[in-house]
Amino acid sequence: MDLTAFFQLLDATLRLATPLLLACLAGLFSERAGIFDIGLEGKMLVAAFLAAAVAAVTGNVWLGLLMGIGGSLVLSGLHGLASITFRGNQLISGVAINFLAAGITVVAAQAWFAQGGRTPQLGAGSRFAEIQLPGFAALRDIPLLGPLLADVVSGHTILVYVALLAVPVSWWVLFRTRFGLRLRAVGENPAAVDTAGVSVIRLRFAAVAIAGLLCGLAGAHLSTAEPAAGFIRDMTAGRGFIALAALIFAKWRPWGALGACLLFGFLQALSLRPATIEAVIGLRVQTQFLDALPYILTVVILAGFVGRAIPPRAGGEPYVKER
Amino acid sequence: MDRMPRWADVLLVPALSLLLAGAISALVILAIGENPWQALTIMVTGALGSTYGWGYTLYYATNFIFTGLAVALAIHARLFNIGAEGQAAIGGLGVALAMLHLPWPHWSLALLGAMVASALFGAAWALIPAILQAKRGSHIVITTIMFNFIAAALLNYLLVGPLKPPGTMETATARFPPETHLPDFRQMFSWGDTVLFRGTPANITFFVALLACVAVWFLVWRTRLGYEIRAFGLSEPAARYAGIGATRIITVTMLLSGALAGLMAINNTLGEAERLILNAVEGAGFIGIAVALMGRAHPLGVFLAAILFGALYQGGAELALWTSIPREMVVVIQALVILFTGALDNMVRMPVERLFARRRARAALSPPGPTLHPPGRAAAPSDPGKPAE
Repeated sequence: MDLTAFFQLLDATLRLATPLLLACLAGLFSERAGIFDIGLEGKMLVAAFLAAAVAAVTGNVWLGLLMGIGGSLVLSGLHGLASITFRGNQLISGVAINFLAAGITVVAAQAWFAQGGRTPQLGAGSRFAEIQLPGFAALRDIPLLGPLLADVVSGHTILVYVALLAVPVSWWVLFRTRFGLRLRAVGENPAAVDTAGVSVIRLRFAAVAIAGLLCGLAGAHLSTAEPAAGFIRDMTAGRGFIALAALIFAKWRPWGALGACLLFGFLQALSLRPATIEAVIGLRVQTQFLDALPYILTVVILAGFVGRAIPPRAGGEPYVKER
Repeated sequence: MDRMPRWADVLLVPALSLLLAGAISALVILAIGENPWQALTIMVTGALGSTYGWGYTLYYATNFIFTGLAVALAIHARLFNIGAEGQAAIGGLGVALAMLHLPWPHWSLALLGAMVASALFGAAWALIPAILQAKRGSHIVITTIMFNFIAAALLNYLLVGPLKPPGTMETATARFPPETHLPDFRQMFSWGDTVLFRGTPANITFFVALLACVAVWFLVWRTRLGYEIRAFGLSEPAARYAGIGATRIITVTMLLSGALAGLMAINNTLGEAERLILNAVEGAGFIGIAVALMGRAHPLGVFLAAILFGALYQGGAELALWTSIPREMVVVIQALVILFTGALDNMVRMPVERLFARRRARAALSPPGPTLHPPGRAAAPSDPGKPAE
């Protein structure tokens, strides 16, 4: 494999890792606050649909992004209502949200556009454009590093950079601010936080809302940042669950999330290029095996044979203030 | 549980949840410019108005009974088996391998063989998540989700590769031999010139599903193992104190749950398609969650809820045929049912409990004062494993 092909692979990795990373960080905030969220998939799907639909109708992709985030936040609110206010089962709430999203996006797309559950393809003006980072093209002549910067790092849509930036920001918020300390405490021992006079309910709703925001970005990336932009039914295709797997892989840490999502993005990029793998290792690897690999790796990690993953202690349990 | 009478818990609360889900679905249908009443009429007549409709309704219901029982049984041990989808898919693999590689002289033997194969394969697919939960504490919800995807990838590989007969285009195995054809409802219930259930997939598996309901009821409420499962689900420390091993209960319950989910394959793979096709389960594993929640994890409730969802699926297909409402509307309704009967259960339950508490306080003929269950008192946090008892 020549270097150009390798850089193309890395470029695709970054692009494919972006929605995973955003959704993974969404899950990170939610689960660190003690709220399991298997509804990442549904929130991304609704955001992808609304972003594409609004961008298609208004021609303004920023408005689309805003509506996508809005839709994702509504589902977050529903999840919060069910799992925080009414102390329902968080897993069941997540399952319901995934189905709600899978159904309502197709029903609405059919009612609005009548194209078999998809939105019209977005033209160049109504989707996110690739940004050439200033000065990077001039560095192309540096051997190895030059093309890496010019072809792999530069030339992505804004959401890719937002996702990358979200990693240090999440780390800073969670581990260097008072809010983050309380948020993590609420996922470990909500009673202690309550005793300290801090509202568990408000903190958990804040965490769920941040998750909604990040899922909104992730969904918008799927439908408005590719060259063939637009919404198609079930376009998340399990990415919400890969993000969940990445979260476990990352052991609920932001930098780990970056690594896990880049790894899983790399696997996705590889499975799109079966010829490349055959050329490099001289063996034909089934793409289905690569598709299943994130899940298999996660099960192995969960089994605790390779570094045990320990979730936040109060995860999944509704908090009852007093008995 | 004496906050409200049993009939309210078993009938009133689910009925209210269903009503809420229906009302919101009606609003969605209104919002896309269709008539909800007309939609309801089409769905009811389409699903229940003819033996053709019933033939499909009962076929879908058979699938949902198996997956519903699978989820329900796990709920009794407070395990949330979200992996019925993958277990049913692997059950289908078991049926296909057995039907294609062993000689079957008669359909009755084929049915028995398919039951054994599907149950074994389904149980095997639940085994690793079960062991990981029991031995390593890995959350069963996450592992079963992962196993759903692994099952999908495995079947995808097998059906475009090794199991596909050469020269065919369809991603499916070869057809099963004609001797394995199960009697369908048309053959069973038509006589003379009266042909009932024409062209519908409902088959003898429906009665196997009924037997499975009885078997699960017997297991849970009439055997020692069932007692242990329920005790474990109600309180793990108490069960452990009583000498009930967590590892054994988790493993056995999940194996049985996986076997029940796997059994679904005799309906859709042997009974209907007569070959293993890609995505044969079509989400029935997830509908099992809705069915189990709606049916309060009791076999009778699962049976009724499965019929309801079967009718919903057939009605939804008719709806897509006669109106511009796509089939996915059914998924929305299903999501709302899961939401209201599962996640928002307390929202429906608490006002009802309050109402009964107030009525009881009045009936006690004592001056209004503090009662045992003051109005407004929050209920205990709901869990998926609230058995019907």
